[in-house]
Amino acid sequence: MLKTFRIGGVHPEDNKLTRSCRTGTAGLPKQAVFPLSQHIGAPAVPCVKRGDSVKVGTLIAAAGGFVSANIHSSVSGKVSKIDSVLDASGYRKPAIFVDVEGDEWEETIDRSDTVVKGCNLSPEEIISKVKDAGVVGMGGACFPTHVKLSPPKDANIECLIVNGVECEPFLTADHRLMLEHPDEILVGVSIIMKALGLERGCVGIEANKMDAVELLREKAREYNGIEIVPLRMKYPQGGEKQLIDAVMGRQVPAPPAIPANVGAIVQNVGTVFAIYEAVQKNMPLIQRNVTVTGKSVKNPCNLLVRTGTPISQLIEAAGGMPEDTGKLISGGPMMGRPLLSADVPVVKGTSGVLMIPRQEAVRAEERPCIRCAKCVSACPMGLEPYLMATLGEQGDWERAEKEDIMICIECGCCQSSCPSRRPLLDWVRLTKTTVGGIIRSRNAKK
Amino acid sequence: MENKLILSTSPHLHNGDTVERNMYNVILALIPALIASFLFFGVGSLVVTLASVVSCVFFEWSITKYLLKRDRSTISDGSAVLTGLLLAFNLPSNLPLYIIVIGSLVAIGVGKMTFGGLGNNPFNPALVGRVFLLVSFPAKMTTWPVTGQLTAYADAVTGATPLALIKQGAIDQLPPLGQMFLGNTGGCIGEVSVLALLIGFAWLLHKKVITWHIPVSIMVTVFVLAGVMWLINPETYANPLYHLCSGGVMLGAIFMATDYVTSPMTGKGQIIYGICIGLLVMVIRLFGSYPEGMSFAILIMNSVVPLLDNWCKPKRFGEVGK
Ligand code: SF4
Ligand code: SF4
Repeated sequence: MLKTFRIGGVHPEDNKLTRSCRTGTAGLPKQAVFPLSQHIGAPAVPCVKRGDSVKVGTLIAAAGGFVSANIHSSVSGKVSKIDSVLDASGYRKPAIFVDVEGDEWEETIDRSDTVVKGCNLSPEEIISKVKDAGVVGMGGACFPTHVKLSPPKDANIECLIVNGVECEPFLTADHRLMLEHPDEILVGVSIIMKALGLERGCVGIEANKMDAVELLREKAREYNGIEIVPLRMKYPQGGEKQLIDAVMGRQVPAPPAIPANVGAIVQNVGTVFAIYEAVQKNMPLIQRNVTVTGKSVKNPCNLLVRTGTPISQLIEAAGGMPEDTGKLISGGPMMGRPLLSADVPVVKGTSGVLMIPRQEAVRAEERPCIRCAKCVSACPMGLEPYLMATLGEQGDWERAEKEDIMICIECGCCQSSCPSRRPLLDWVRLTKTTVGGIIRSRNAKK
Repeated sequence: MENKLILSTSPHLHNGDTVERNMYNVILALIPALIASFLFFGVGSLVVTLASVVSCVFFEWSITKYLLKRDRSTISDGSAVLTGLLLAFNLPSNLPLYIIVIGSLVAIGVGKMTFGGLGNNPFNPALVGRVFLLVSFPAKMTTWPVTGQLTAYADAVTGATPLALIKQGAIDQLPPLGQMFLGNTGGCIGEVSVLALLIGFAWLLHKKVITWHIPVSIMVTVFVLAGVMWLINPETYANPLYHLCSGGVMLGAIFMATDYVTSPMTGKGQIIYGICIGLLVMVIRLFGSYPEGMSFAILIMNSVVPLLDNWCKPKRFGEVGK
């Protein structure tokens, strides 16, 4: 019996339309746009000005603090302006605009295909290279990776867990990455293990990707201490806490506890690949794999995309936006963000572009709760979503806090299982944000 | 391109479940029991069932429209049909029409709509209707036709049910267990055939409409308690299998106690709820004045559900396996 996490979870149809599509390369955009805030933490600070020439890999904005990340140009050309741009959050955010001319790369970057296996750097050097390259968590959270690689001194980490789960339906970017670059990923895993002084690394992969499990298993024989762990399919297995529970059988307690408290650290396979490129190839994080898909999309595909490319260009590459499209999503169908327009640029955290037909995009009419308890059994955090939503509607923030609302991971299992079609997560999010604000101001007073 | 994109937050997927799907699956699961009752009680069972369903739907429709003045009718969600079916299943097959209509009015009007309709009623509406009839028309509600009178309705010949025999301690006159399992005994329309009810149970589990917790904990509790009494004195107390196969235990455990609205939300709560129902039924059967206690047991436990929901929280993530 394959491992999986213990509480709740759902089984959406996986719809991996692009599972066997080799990753192609997206064309260069005419203009690339780099939002200054594409990671958790302080926005980056521009270090170029209008009219400056940049190459591929030139630093254009430097980290604005420890919890922040460098941003590099993914194209060569001239900085045309620093202005605001509509991003996936639906707000206009400051960004650097670069008009593309040619494709000239910084000389330090090794663009060859050869896999560089050996690494003689010290842990500090590795982490500083990762930091310079602007690597962030590529599974969606976009937490700066160098921060994650610098755990508290007293933490006793035993195991690196690599997240190759890709539990979101439709997305296959990580799957293809594992099939097409297995060696790079395994070298990346060894590098992270070295940086953290770990003996053990596990790559968790869901059972719908057995080809990747077998390939990596075969290759992992050459490396010390790396184990490939196939996992029974269940959403949200790619959630950090769920993955640790599935692989190690340990549950991270409620915040402020972090994975290090149970001896684990998790990195997404995309991030591992970016770390490999940063450390072994001097390649900053300027491109990533993106799945462009949807049931009515003509040529759903996986593309290697330079950051800053407008999403509309990827949609063109996939055969254009289907007539019946009702919703455009950045990310997967369970946790992705709805987009206001296709002009939004690809950022470090863009894992997919999904077009949902209009009929499926319209929510059904809400009915009163019939107390069927399906949301309760679906919740992977052991919460009672029906109650949270009701407390939110009533504005009973105090009780919501007592009922542990803050541990919700916003996975959407509850809402996607409710026969009465209650907008459970909408209410939960509202409640969580409000309660979070109350907690912060209470702590500030202390 | 600018064909007006919908902006609603995640999740963007739904598993397709609806209120209707659940209700209709329960209705489907009741069909074997309906067929069985037709085979044993004939036309009478169909007349009573039809009358109950039609009047329940009618009352829900008219109360929604004329008293609550809501635009949207709720009769298509299947819950009124289900209440009608369940009410009928708890009635004898020779019950006069006017009593059935009164029962439906109480079930839908008092049991359900006064609280605001589906989802808000604290008590199982069908049982509210049934218990009202039981105390209002005690004689009519406690005489049951004997099986095999396929064309009879109000004129059917009545006889003692296994439960009455158990109550009187006339253990030796009980029909064979096999006949009771099939349902060839006197009793309410839907409760007699254990076999048919179990088929329905399997369907509900298969379709993931309900979980095993409530029905199994009720059945186990009844079996264990009846078994203990039987071991103490097999002369006056019936074999525990008789207790399981007689009266409303099966119908109640599988279809009435599992009503979403009036049962607890967590597995733990559901097990406690089931055990308490089992306990209450056996206490009423063995020591109370009524031969059967399933309806009362469920209604009593319905009232405890909010407390159970408060006590039995699911284990939060981080608390498991510590
Ligand atoms: S979104 Fe939150 S409340 Fe809903 S299932 Fe996920 S963790 Fe539970
Ligand atoms: S899934 Fe929906 S209807 Fe069922 S208990 Fe939760 S909120 Fe209520």
